[in-house]
Amino acid sequence: MKPIDHAEASSKFIEAKDHLDFHDRRLWDLRKKRDRETESLPEWEELRALASAIKEHTLTHLADYLEQFEANAIRNGAIVHWARDAAEHNQTVCEILGSHGARTLVKAKSMLTDECDMRPFLETRGIEVIETDLGERIQQLDDEPPSHIVVPAVHKLRTDVAAVFSRTLGTDPGNSDVHYLAESQRQTTRPHFLEAEAGMTGANFAIAETGSIVVCTNEGNADLSVHLPKLYIASVGIEKLLPRIEHLGVFVRMLSRNALGSPITQITSHFRAPRPGTEMHIVLVDNGRSERLGMADFWYSLKCIRCGACMNTCPVYRRSGGLSYGATYSGPIGVIIDPTFNLRKYSALPFASTLNGSCTNVCPVKINIHEQIYKWRQVIAERQQLPFVKKEAMQIAGKVLSSPKLYRAAVEAAGAGAEYLPRFMLYNRLNPWGRQREVPEAPAATFRQWYVKNRGKR
Amino acid sequence: MKVALFIPCYVDAFFPEVGIATLELLERLGIEVAYPLDQTCCGQPMANSGCEKDAAATEALFVRNFTGFDYVVGPSGSCVHHVRDHLTAIDQTPEVIAVRARTYELVEFLHDIVKVRDFPWAEFPHSVGLHIGCSTLRALKTAKMSEIAGAAFSKPLQLLSTVRGIRFVTPDRPDECCGFGGTFSVFEEPVSAKMGHDKVTDHHNAGAEYIVSPDMSCLMHQKGCAERLGLPVKFIHIAQILNGDRG
Repeated sequence: MKPIDHAEASSKFIEAKDHLDFHDRRLWDLRKKRDRETESLPEWEELRALASAIKEHTLTHLADYLEQFEANAIRNGAIVHWARDAAEHNQTVCEILGSHGARTLVKAKSMLTDECDMRPFLETRGIEVIETDLGERIQQLDDEPPSHIVVPAVHKLRTDVAAVFSRTLGTDPGNSDVHYLAESQRQTTRPHFLEAEAGMTGANFAIAETGSIVVCTNEGNADLSVHLPKLYIASVGIEKLLPRIEHLGVFVRMLSRNALGSPITQITSHFRAPRPGTEMHIVLVDNGRSERLGMADFWYSLKCIRCGACMNTCPVYRRSGGLSYGATYSGPIGVIIDPTFNLRKYSALPFASTLNGSCTNVCPVKINIHEQIYKWRQVIAERQQLPFVKKEAMQIAGKVLSSPKLYRAAVEAAGAGAEYLPRFMLYNRLNPWGRQREVPEAPAATFRQWYVKNRGKR
Repeated sequence: MKVALFIPCYVDAFFPEVGIATLELLERLGIEVAYPLDQTCCGQPMANSGCEKDAAATEALFVRNFTGFDYVVGPSGSCVHHVRDHLTAIDQTPEVIAVRARTYELVEFLHDIVKVRDFPWAEFPHSVGLHIGCSTLRALKTAKMSEIAGAAFSKPLQLLSTVRGIRFVTPDRPDECCGFGGTFSVFEEPVSAKMGHDKVTDHHNAGAEYIVSPDMSCLMHQKGCAERLGLPVKFIHIAQILNGDRG
């Protein structure tokens, strides 16, 4: 399997200047709104520390809280399933639908179902799946995965959406007014809500103490998905647990402030028990999470609440777009999670970072994202997944830089400067430094040569 | 106080004037400075590429060169960050631990250790945009970071603000990364160059004649970008201004 080539994909993204500029501005705007929220709460850093501590506690007692959650959910009347991996999750969902003869499923946004590739699995088994979140619906109709975990179609201009909707929903191709487009999606989705035989959501949080699922949305589509059909399925990653309802307040205060720079989502729904005459199923999904929990350097990534703040602030993500990562999870959080799913396929992603650390600074649960990126690089090199040219360049650099004699020969070679130095310093035989940048001029003498001449050996 | 001057490889090879300014500035302040002649690099290029093992011999050489000094001072935050936080490819002997703990970036050394608050010889009658490299900002915490709530402070700005005639401009995104990132600059060239172009354009639009920085590697990248775009922005290391360079 060939590794995803992020640099190549980013180059295409950058070529579309209007899209790039909009994408960068839109996400930077979210980052600025987030900053304003942090300034309005004097206890911001305290909240981050608290959120991080609650998550660490939960993850280090995860088995206990999962059992408590299961017991309480069953007591509430829900039916609980456990799925070891994506295949088990998809099979379980398919069987639940099958046992009700359900052929149509309306669903709210869920990164987990994308992670499991659930939609194509169900569709090939004759089940119609309708995404009801506006951004997810745009992406579904355009047959593309989401490019951002909170704003799935953020890489599209409204004219792109108009083109997708006119092609798939029959809207006026010349009308890209956002209200018109949103209303068109609402009107065409409504019949699906009324007719669907099953509804599905993911979970932002799952509360062990109450056995309830908490879903935070801005469109009300999750509530319609849950309350209209007679069958409700919640897909829940096992890391979504919180011990008690009192802990939820910390996270509800953080989630939307970090995601969109708004104080809270429009709707925070608590789904606890099935209505009379209906069924509520909860599928608890591992899919690599317990393995990640055992990784000394990387288990911290499980604290993630999927707010997307690290993506909004990431200068690389903003200039390459989520699809350039070729994975369900993109941006800073993506590059530290994706290698756990497939090290080879995602081996280039931890290098799609300048290690600038802004992601770590915004993270509401204090995941040391850029430090994990650094550590993934070590793992990738150790497991022989570096491109040959980089591996070879580093071996040579290591030899030259550890020998004062070789080093001096390299940097002091008269006339070799401009030709030889950039290659030596920048480690690439097909050096692309000069494509969009001038190469620094080599000076007449190095600092060391100046020093020896001017200060002698005093 | 025995201070060793640490001149990173790229400064040695490309920007000797920055090394000279750093040395002269420290000497002006009455500090006795030694320059170990066998120094090369700190190991960061290999380690940041995932090749810690290839960095081990270079790290060992670094420690051999800089053992026995009270302080090791270098005009480059990312190299100091590597020494302090990532020089882990070799056994952590007492010598290694001591060298790592005593290594300082120039601005923090002047600000925190020497506690210099004014540079009477310095004058820089230009408008400047300050660029603090990400390692200097977010790892060495030399200034308030825009992501973290709290009171404003900036060690580089505090030192520069005593320079006669200097005027500061504020770009739209003062602490967004400029896209250098070491080997990122070649292996992720499209995004790196775009970030660099955006950075120098932002400073230029804010009215900067000069971009000044404690991090010459960022400036090497930014200078290449500005020249390619044809922007009339000039670049200077903070040591040069504090040492009296008038631009």
